Amino acid sequence: MAEETRERVLSIRDLDISFDTSNGTMNAIRGVRLDLYKGETIAIVGESGSGKSVTAKAIMGIMAKNQHINGGSIMYSYTDDEGRKETLDITKMSEDEVRKTICGKHIAMVFQDPMTSLNPTITIGKQIMEGMVDHYHYSKEEARKKAIELLDDVGIVDPEKRFGQYPHQLSGGMRQRVVIAIALACNPDILICDEPTTALDVTIQAKILNLIKDLQKKKDLSVIYITHDLGVVAQVADYVAVMYAGRIVEKGSVDEIYYDPRHPYTWGLLSSMPDLSTNTPRLFAIPGNPINLLNQVKGDAFAARNPYALQLDFEKQPPMFNVGGKHRVASWLCHPKAPKVEMPHSLRVKIDNMLKEVNAYGKQ
Amino acid sequence: MSEHVFTSVTDVDLTPEELAELKLVNESPDEFEAKDTYEVTGFWTDVFARLRKNRGAIVGFALIAIITLLAVFVPLFSSVTYKDANIDHAYLPPKVPVLEKLGILDGIDENGVDLYAEAGLPDGTYYLFGTDSMGRDMFVRLWNGTRISLLMALLAVLTDLIIGMSYGLVSGYFGGKVDFLMQRFVEVLNGIPSLVIITLFALVLKPGMISIILTLMITGWIPMSRVCRAQVLKQKEFEYVLASRVLGSSNRHIIFSEIVPNVLGQVVIMSMFSIPSAIFTESYLAFIGLGVRAPMASLGSLVSTGYKSFLAYPYLVIIPIIVLGTLMVSFNLFADGLRDAFDPTMKEM
Amino acid sequence: MKRIALAVVTLFAITFLLFLLMEFLPGSPFNDEKLNETQKALLFAKYGLDKPFFTRFFIYLKNLIHLDFGVSYVITIDLPVRTMLATRLPVTIRIGLQAMILGVLIGLILGIIAALKKNSAIDTTATVVSVLGFSVPAYVFALLLVYFVAFRLQWLPIRYNARQPFISSILPTISLSMYIIATMARYARSEMIDCLNTDYILLAKAKGVTQPRVIRRHALRNTLVPIITVVAPLTVGIITGSVVIEQIFGVPGLGQLLLLGVTNNDYNVISAVALVYSFLHIVIMLVVDILYGIIDPRIRVAGGEK
Repeated sequence: MAEETRERVLSIRDLDISFDTSNGTMNAIRGVRLDLYKGETIAIVGESGSGKSVTAKAIMGIMAKNQHINGGSIMYSYTDDEGRKETLDITKMSEDEVRKTICGKHIAMVFQDPMTSLNPTITIGKQIMEGMVDHYHYSKEEARKKAIELLDDVGIVDPEKRFGQYPHQLSGGMRQRVVIAIALACNPDILICDEPTTALDVTIQAKILNLIKDLQKKKDLSVIYITHDLGVVAQVADYVAVMYAGRIVEKGSVDEIYYDPRHPYTWGLLSSMPDLSTNTPRLFAIPGNPINLLNQVKGDAFAARNPYALQLDFEKQPPMFNVGGKHRVASWLCHPKAPKVEMPHSLRVKIDNMLKEVNAYGKQ
Repeated sequence: MSEHVFTSVTDVDLTPEELAELKLVNESPDEFEAKDTYEVTGFWTDVFARLRKNRGAIVGFALIAIITLLAVFVPLFSSVTYKDANIDHAYLPPKVPVLEKLGILDGIDENGVDLYAEAGLPDGTYYLFGTDSMGRDMFVRLWNGTRISLLMALLAVLTDLIIGMSYGLVSGYFGGKVDFLMQRFVEVLNGIPSLVIITLFALVLKPGMISIILTLMITGWIPMSRVCRAQVLKQKEFEYVLASRVLGSSNRHIIFSEIVPNVLGQVVIMSMFSIPSAIFTESYLAFIGLGVRAPMASLGSLVSTGYKSFLAYPYLVIIPIIVLGTLMVSFNLFADGLRDAFDPTMKEM
Repeated sequence: MKRIALAVVTLFAITFLLFLLMEFLPGSPFNDEKLNETQKALLFAKYGLDKPFFTRFFIYLKNLIHLDFGVSYVITIDLPVRTMLATRLPVTIRIGLQAMILGVLIGLILGIIAALKKNSAIDTTATVVSVLGFSVPAYVFALLLVYFVAFRLQWLPIRYNARQPFISSILPTISLSMYIIATMARYARSEMIDCLNTDYILLAKAKGVTQPRVIRRHALRNTLVPIITVVAPLTVGIITGSVVIEQIFGVPGLGQLLLLGVTNNDYNVISAVALVYSFLHIVIMLVVDILYGIIDPRIRVAGGEK
């Protein structure tokens, strides 16, 4: 199988994370299982509070003081300087160890808001050089040279001049480019992008996404996108994992998720995605609010908001059903004996339109 | 297999009951409406709930309540008043029932002389907080003084609130030239250290309670007006104010119906912080000899009179200082709690 | 430049305001009952007090430019106020500076440690200290120090003594610095906590910068910048606190002079001290403003590019 040639760089198994709050324990992540292969892109999609950012930060070993990993593992595999294969379990390492051996050097991250993610009192150049100097003990001259190269790589004009400037002198798009340069400074294998374009103008969004794509090819990066924007996902990802209330409810290749969604939550997400081709009279919104994770979740967390809920959804948590290919769905609707439910008609139309467009392009 | 382990399956064996439950809850999914999973609580309910959870605020509030009650009721129900002097009873140290048996606060000085017996007092006479140079009962004087201090602070803060709020509202809302002029005026006033202004005003006005209250107002309103102006400037940017303006509401309507309710929280917090600072200023005035005139007493004047014979009769100053300090700490704790209750964003996570 | 102009205008306005207030002071410096009307009139003429208000104001202003604050009418008759200020100002400034340095240092350290060890015993202690220092007036600490440290333990002198200027200024310094410690600790703690929650700290962590370096390079600097703005109002606290503290410890400083002026109705002394206080206040605000611009590149660069 083709599987064998793919090199797995990250594998998350049954990750379980909770927060102690003044109102009780909040189970933010409840058994997440995810694999990332070299050179591929996976997108984690979900609304705010679904646990996607917590998962990303856990990979970076960045933990809040009141945060606990109750179980599971995050295995990171890499080839070290002497060419040996190494595998580390990030959940078993201290925050300091992760910081020294993994952050920046192997796994790097780009954050949502470029306006706030750069230190306002330090020059851009210094911020790019910081990681290189810390990890590889580059001399100042080497680091400077590399930093300017990086600025050039991420498409910043006149990098020599920008090197000595402060973040507030740059536009939002440029700042995000700088943040990407910082992320790439220590040659990581994995790049985590946490909503990298949400805070940017629409016109700049596409440019940044293309930049990340180009860099990914050039540097053979594996990328994890964290986003709530399915539009972004379609442009960049190979695989999609839909998260809801701390759990992955559906995952598969982009084609599987977009053209053959099975979970009612994914239906909701796709329906609420605005597009120009269908004449939907009003924008669809998933009814209700996300479940309060301070309470013990019984059955399927989405059941209360799910128009297609089965009685069993309120009683028993659904397992991950394998529905063929890479497609996995956590819904009782996929049980062989469950009633056959079709996706909403409007979504069917929307997907058919998308398929038509794709086929039209394909024939050209 | 633990509950969280997720390996994919194609089929799951279910009990017959579970199989029976594999059916849709809603007959017509298209007309589905989700019940809200969160309780919706009002803004003020939330504020009070958060306030109740804040230990500092609760302690502060309790102390304020106790001190206020004592200040209101002790002078009402005691047999002597704050100005009843009895020279024979001058400088008697505190003597408290019960505690005297432990050998503390028993009215006996370091040399073993029973000062109460020496003054010719029958057994069973107690001055809980001792007496001052004129033989006035300090217990009554203290609580009466607390009453005066609280009253002055309250009045000063109330007037501050009115002046500061209107100043801030007008300056912030109308903006432009009005704002510019009004802000320059505040800047000049702010350029003088407030205690200098206060001292001068206290000098100019005839001594007395009203003058002290007026003096407290002189600079007291400035912080309030600042907070208010900043809030108005912030609120003005919000769509709801724009919407109201587009709909043709009058300035008065926008200010009082749209902006004021949203500024109120900040103003309440601010006034809570102003009370201790008014009490402090009053005690400062008393200290430099511009406070209330004897025999009337305020917390500040008790401290400053007691300070003169501090080393000989420390109880005369220590007790009012404790009350003054407690009162100020309590107000600050309560105000802090209130601020956190209004703006909980920084608290969690 | 604009700021300096504004400061000058403010100073002018303050001078006028002070002069106007003096006009309304009840009584006059010459309330001695032995003086008859003619003698009083002579005194008024001697000091130029018989001239119209504005004439007097302009004379006062003109003299001010030459740092001439007039003479004392009561305390030490005919002694130039400038001479009085010259001996007293250095003492006040020295003790004020001592208190400032002590307070800022201890306050910052306390606040930063409290923020780093949030919800620990140190944090609780720092909170208690800052609530106490913030709400209890300085003279209360002064009285407690006098009673326990100076009177009971006899470790340090009770009164200020010009022959032992440092030893005898320790207690006044500590009393004055309590409020600064409290305010500093409070601000430093909340600024630091805010700072540790920012995205750029997250980014620094994601870069793989170790925790001590994250704090040293990123958090500390950004915590200190806004704290400079707190320093200005604090100096006002020092100025106002000094009036009472100097009285308690018998420090021959400006505050004591102000009180002497107030009790003796000595016009020129009162307005001179008030002016010096205001001047100090305005200058400090100005310096802090400028300093803030130098430290924070957001303001510095924006200004430089114009």
